[in-house]
Amino acid sequence: MSQWLPIAEIAAKVQAGNLSAVELVEKALATIEDKKDFEAIIATTAERARERAASIDAAVKNGQQVGALAGVPFIAKDNFLTFGAQTTAASNILKGFDAPYQATAIQKLEEAGAICVAKANLDAFAHGSSTENSDFMTTKNPHDKTRVPGGSSGGSAAAVVLDMAPFALGTDTGGSIRLPASFCGAVGYKPTYGLVSRSGVVAMASSLDVIGPLTRSVEDAAAVLDVMAGRDQLDSTTIERDQTAYTDLSGDLQGKKVGVIKEYMSDDLDPAVKQQIEAAIEKMKQAGAEITEVSMPSLPLALAVYYIVCPAEVSSNLSRYDGQRFAFTDPNATNLEESYSNTRKIGFGKEAKRRIMIGTYVLSSGYYDAYYRKAQTVRTKLIQEFATAFEHVDFLVGPTAPGPAFKIGQNAHDPLQMYLTDIMTVATNLVGIPAISIPAGAVDELPVGLQLMAAQQHDRALLSVAKATEELLV
Amino acid sequence: MTQLTRDDVLKLARLSRLALTDEEVDEFLEELSSVLQYVEQLTDVDVAGLTPTSQVTGLTNVMRDDTVQDYGIARDDLLRLAPATQDDQLKVKRMIG
Repeated sequence: MSQWLPIAEIAAKVQAGNLSAVELVEKALATIEDKKDFEAIIATTAERARERAASIDAAVKNGQQVGALAGVPFIAKDNFLTFGAQTTAASNILKGFDAPYQATAIQKLEEAGAICVAKANLDAFAHGSSTENSDFMTTKNPHDKTRVPGGSSGGSAAAVVLDMAPFALGTDTGGSIRLPASFCGAVGYKPTYGLVSRSGVVAMASSLDVIGPLTRSVEDAAAVLDVMAGRDQLDSTTIERDQTAYTDLSGDLQGKKVGVIKEYMSDDLDPAVKQQIEAAIEKMKQAGAEITEVSMPSLPLALAVYYIVCPAEVSSNLSRYDGQRFAFTDPNATNLEESYSNTRKIGFGKEAKRRIMIGTYVLSSGYYDAYYRKAQTVRTKLIQEFATAFEHVDFLVGPTAPGPAFKIGQNAHDPLQMYLTDIMTVATNLVGIPAISIPAGAVDELPVGLQLMAAQQHDRALLSVAKATEELLV
Repeated sequence: MTQLTRDDVLKLARLSRLALTDEEVDEFLEELSSVLQYVEQLTDVDVAGLTPTSQVTGLTNVMRDDTVQDYGIARDDLLRLAPATQDDQLKVKRMIG
């Protein structure tokens, strides 16, 4: 049993004066301290959180409306720029960086009364599927300390499952919200590309990056999304939000057309996981969903497309870490050239270096057409196959990951094997559609995630179906 | 099948402004080659008639009025982040000999 009520109930009680924001923050901070051996948290924002909580309690006493998330503590992945603690992206090169402004998502949550209490661990710059690429520490899976929590938002997912806060924020470039949600047993929501502003979030691959919540329930995910969604002048890739609230989740599975993704149910899927997923789909069918099989023949190519497009964009985005304007600089460099290359040598971890060099290769003269342009064209093929699928079904369903959480160290010396963990999550980022992972049972006491997808901007419909499905799987 | 050479890795490192140790060169030589071999499965995919996608929601140019907006960030807040400054400017190593 969680120590936290549903988010909307917490906010209602705080607004009514029946719960104190100060006590909620103290409870979150105490749990973070109590569970610190899981290494989910890089730093707390305790001082700022306590001040904000006190001012929220005071506002309630004065009869003011505080907001939809009044007094609700949350944890931000440490690639969100926040006040109250450094923003490091779990990288040595950003160690010591005090953000001069906050991410739009953080600002919007604060305006709605939510309180950031801590910054969560991640694979440095969100490059990874296990948090083992963090330059600081590896987060432990809440269900088995010898296993990874998934990544890159592994600290955020573990924090929610460890009950440190009612919700956490993650970023998802190729599965970084959904995969750790699956490995830890949380709900992880990846919205439509552009629905949530990325201003003030450390950029990884800009045509793929999205922001989303990790929560205990679909309803909580909708409550957080509803506050964050919408256009932002500071991020020109943002799109219009739904006029109806994302919390207005309605309907059951009766008559819903759901396609089972054939390529994700292949022999590569762990048989025990497959059994859980098939059982979940059977329950959806019994609840009235019209289940069919859908095939998208190019889907097995998505990971190859991703590992060209993503490093290409990473190599561009990480060029800003040059040691001249902010963050770490090598104090011993004797000229500008050396300052660049030594700063980056010392400041970047192995995975960042790998991706920068792969990206540089696929973008370089003579290779651009064969790699980058080809990948972006196969991406078009993927988009078309998804569009065709959504002509026949309203939702797609399958597993989130090919297996349950793996052992710490298991894939550490084989980057390609690590990349294969993302094989069922990357396509949605390439296509820009929303997707969610919800808990669907366990294999040897390790959680399994069920992944649901919908067409772009059908976020509310997807959350509705996910909620109806979640109720069947409890 | 792409098999990078040590010179390829050193060139990539130079283009990426990354200094590498000898061990790193050997390690990356193997790892980058294996990733490139994996992604080469795209080589034979038929994409006749298709154009590349770089933006997925169909937005084109997003314009706004060219007016200064105050986001509460002062010049000093940004300069304070820099390793070295002088006279309100970033100070870098000499770049012209």
